[in-house]
Parts: sequence; C-alpha cells; structure tokens
Amino acid sequence: MLKKLTRWSRIKSPWILHLNSGACNACDIEIVAALTPRFDVERFGILLKATPRHADVIVASGPVTRQMRDRIIRIYEQVPDPKFVIAVGACAMSGCVYRGAYNIMGGIDQVIPVNMYVPGCPARPDAIIDGVVKLLGKL
Amino acid sequence: MSFQIPIGPQHPALKEPISLRMTVEGEVITGVDIRLGYNHRGLEKLAEDRNWTQNIYLVERICGICSHSHATCYVQGVEKLMELAPPKRGLYIRYLVSELERIHSHLLWLGVAGHEAGFDSFFMYVWRDREVVMDLLELITGNRVHYAINTLGGVRRDLDAGQIAKIRDGLVVLRKRSEYYFHIGANEPSFVARIAGVGYLSKEKAVALCAVGPTARASGWARDVRKEDPYAVYDEVDFDVATADSCDVLGRVVVRVKELLESYKICEQILDKLPPGDIAVKAPRKAKPGEVVSRYEAPRGENIHYIKSNGTDKPERLKVRAPTLGNYPATVEMLRKGFIADIPLIFAAIDPCICCAERSVTLIDAGSGEESVARMSDLRRRAIVRHENAPLKRNAVWPL
Repeated sequence: MLKKLTRWSRIKSPWILHLNSGACNACDIEIVAALTPRFDVERFGILLKATPRHADVIVASGPVTRQMRDRIIRIYEQVPDPKFVIAVGACAMSGCVYRGAYNIMGGIDQVIPVNMYVPGCPARPDAIIDGVVKLLGKL
Repeated sequence: MSFQIPIGPQHPALKEPISLRMTVEGEVITGVDIRLGYNHRGLEKLAEDRNWTQNIYLVERICGICSHSHATCYVQGVEKLMELAPPKRGLYIRYLVSELERIHSHLLWLGVAGHEAGFDSFFMYVWRDREVVMDLLELITGNRVHYAINTLGGVRRDLDAGQIAKIRDGLVVLRKRSEYYFHIGANEPSFVARIAGVGYLSKEKAVALCAVGPTARASGWARDVRKEDPYAVYDEVDFDVATADSCDVLGRVVVRVKELLESYKICEQILDKLPPGDIAVKAPRKAKPGEVVSRYEAPRGENIHYIKSNGTDKPERLKVRAPTLGNYPATVEMLRKGFIADIPLIFAAIDPCICCAERSVTLIDAGSGEESVARMSDLRRRAIVRHENAPLKRNAVWPL
C-alpha cells in the first residue's frame, strides 16, 4: 500500500535539478523553454528545483569538464534516493564536437550513472519532454 | 568583521557554472573574486586541428545563445583572409538572422531579469513570446538554436516569398508585445523599485573598465560596433543606438527593450531591401598566410575573433574575446558596495554567458612584448589598484 503510494507520488510529481556541467547553453535554454508556457512541463507536475537536496531527477547538459568532475559527483551524492539522471544533448551523451579536447572527460556517463539519453544538438524541448515521460514510464 | 561567502558553481542564483567569492561586512559586499574555469573546454586548441569549414560548426558551439554571433564573427574574418566577397543577398540573409538572434537573446534576458527580480509572470510572458522568434529562426534555418546558416562566402539557405511574409507577420506580433513590455517595464512600480539604483556603474567607470554592449550603453556610453565600425549591411540600414543614463539595472532593462524595437526596424529594412541574386560564392580550401581581427556586435556586446593563418587549410591560431569577459571587471565594480540580495540581479544584468567567456586572458606587455596569462582575480586586482585613488567611499550608503 505504502509502496503504491510512493510510486504514485513519484510519477505524479518529479522535481528536477538542472545541472550544467560545461554545456554551451543551447541545451540549457531548451530545458528552460520546456518549462515555459509553449511546452509547459509543469502540467505534468514537473518542477525545476534549485538545490540537489530537493530533486529527484538530474537533468544534465554538456560535456564534463575536468574542473566540474568532482563537483558533479558531489551534487549527485546530495540528491536523495531514488535518483535518476537524464543526459540531454549530444555533448552529455558523448562529448559531441568537444570530444578529444584536453579539458573534456567525455559524456556525463563517464562520471555518474545515466538512466536516459536525449539526443540532439541541442535537444528540442519536445524531445526533452519525451525523455522525461519515458523515464517516468519506467518507474 | 568580514565574512567570505562562496557562491557557485552550482547555485540557485546562477544558471551556469561559475564561482563568486564575496567578502561581506554585514549585508554589504566589500570585495568580489570571480573564479572561472568550470566551463573551460579547450575550444581554441580544438580549432587548430580542424579545417576552415569544420571550424564554423565548432565556433558555433562556443555558445548556444549567441551561436550565430560567433559563427558570423569567425566567417567574416576568414572571408577577409581568403579575400572573398559574399553576394549581397547572402549578406542580407546572414544579418537578418543576426538581428533575429539579437531579438531572441534580449527576450531571453528580459525574462531572466524578471525572474531574478521576483517577477515570474513577466518571465513566463516574455518566454511565451520568445517562441515566436524561435519559430521564425526555425523557419529560416531549420533549427531552433544552432542555426548553421553561415558558410564561407555566404549562407546555406535562401528565403522565399512565403517565408518573408511569415517573418513580417511574426515581427508585427513581436513589436506589439515589446511595446507592451516597454509599458510594463517602465510603469510597474514594484518592478522598477526593485531594479532602480541597483548595480550602479558610472559612465567614467564604464569607460575605464572597458564595459561593452548594453552594460556600457546603459551607463550613457553609446558604444556599438554596428554604428562605429559598420560591417556588411549596417551602413545601409537606418537605426539608432539605444542608451540610458540611469547607470543601473533599470537602465539595462530599458536599453534592451529599446534595442528590441531597433532590431525590428532593422529586420524590416533588410526584408524591404533584400536584393535578388546568389546567396553564396565558392570558397577556396586554403587561406593565404596572414592575420585578421574581426569585430561583431553580439547581443551582449562587442565580440572579437583574432584569426591567424599559415597558408594551410587550418587556422594556426583562433582567439575569441567574448563580450561577457569584457564585462567582468565592470561587474566586480557593480557588485562592490551592493547588498547580498542584489547579487543575482546585478550578475544577471550583464547577461553573463559563461560558456562564451571561459578562456584565460592573455595580457601582453607593450614595452617588452612579454606574454603573461592573467587570471580573472589578477585582472580584478589591477582594476582595483587603478581606482584606489578615485574618491570612493568604502562603506557608502546604498543609493536607494
């Protein structure tokens, strides 16, 4: 019974944390565009939270830079269980055009486990919403 | 008794990774140290092992908000190196996208400013209307954010009559909405009270600290590359440089709304004057040895690309000076003597684009030619030393 209730509330209201690990801002503005009236993910109960301690889902964008690496791990550890990570955009998946640069570790999955990949450079808001909805379907 | 408050790299007030160390005495900020490097990707080095055409796609990904600015600035420079003259129609389409990008960027910023000031419905309104210009950009270029319309010697897609009609319709909607914002922004008493007098930067300081773009223009310094050093189509269109005299965040809002209206004017003139003909000429594979400095007025201010060629199909050096970097010393000045609560607002007011600015600064001593790489904190220290003698009250009263 309690399990059912927690599962229901998790699906109905996932709170997200937007984590920029060295992105070029393109995915970030598309994530914000997904939150604003045209696309409006708030109607699914999805809320953008400012602190990792309130969040359920980390929406990560951008390749991982060396300086951000340890911070990303710390932020990931601060998110309470159960936690999920969505990698938005080609950079977060593999590094995209920055692959091979001296300061780039590669995709976000080099540092923390990732549950969902949303491709695109940048990913369109529709694709981001699709990714979030598919993640919720897996719960 | 003074405390240090670290802000960032992941912080509710900041959308991008940057770290600010604030030294505070009570509520008043006495010192600021900006720590950079969280977003440094080594892009200039990457550019050295890609050819001229591949680099267009790379420089476009310096920043997602002003992607067209970087691509255009780079393409302008390489065209100068290759001695290419793009056809008129190609140039008109390129700078039409430029102005549409300025509109999208300024609308984005207006929304963020509203959000930072606690005026969230304004944020939602502006972002809803921003989708109109995003649709226009998608219509012209095929993508919402990275347009990839530039190529060496022109542009990659032509406009047809149907698209031009749709752009005109879109501009009418946007103009109407912007006039509404002009009204809201200037007359909404609580919004104005929140942003008036915050982040004061006098004209003398703006000039001394080399502020660029709307930050400089809001301090009454009419500085605009489009007017001072007109490139491509800007000497054929008629527009004014928007300025404000209030030198605070309010001025920066007013400047950006005025600039929106100027941009609509420019877009309409470009569409009226759009000449027939080709959109691109074929570019050679290699560029002659030489170096070039390309200037471009990005939405955030003056963008400078320095390109050096050694006669091969790859650049020997590409150096990018993004407008945000030019505005950091001014930001430090604005933050000092301010309140902790105003940090996000002041910082947002320069429209910071961290991903653009993430490069270390190279200073060259003019006398000895000696090169030293300075960190932002060193730059700040220099800026402070420079103003030590200015009549500054350390614990001045907040002007409001």
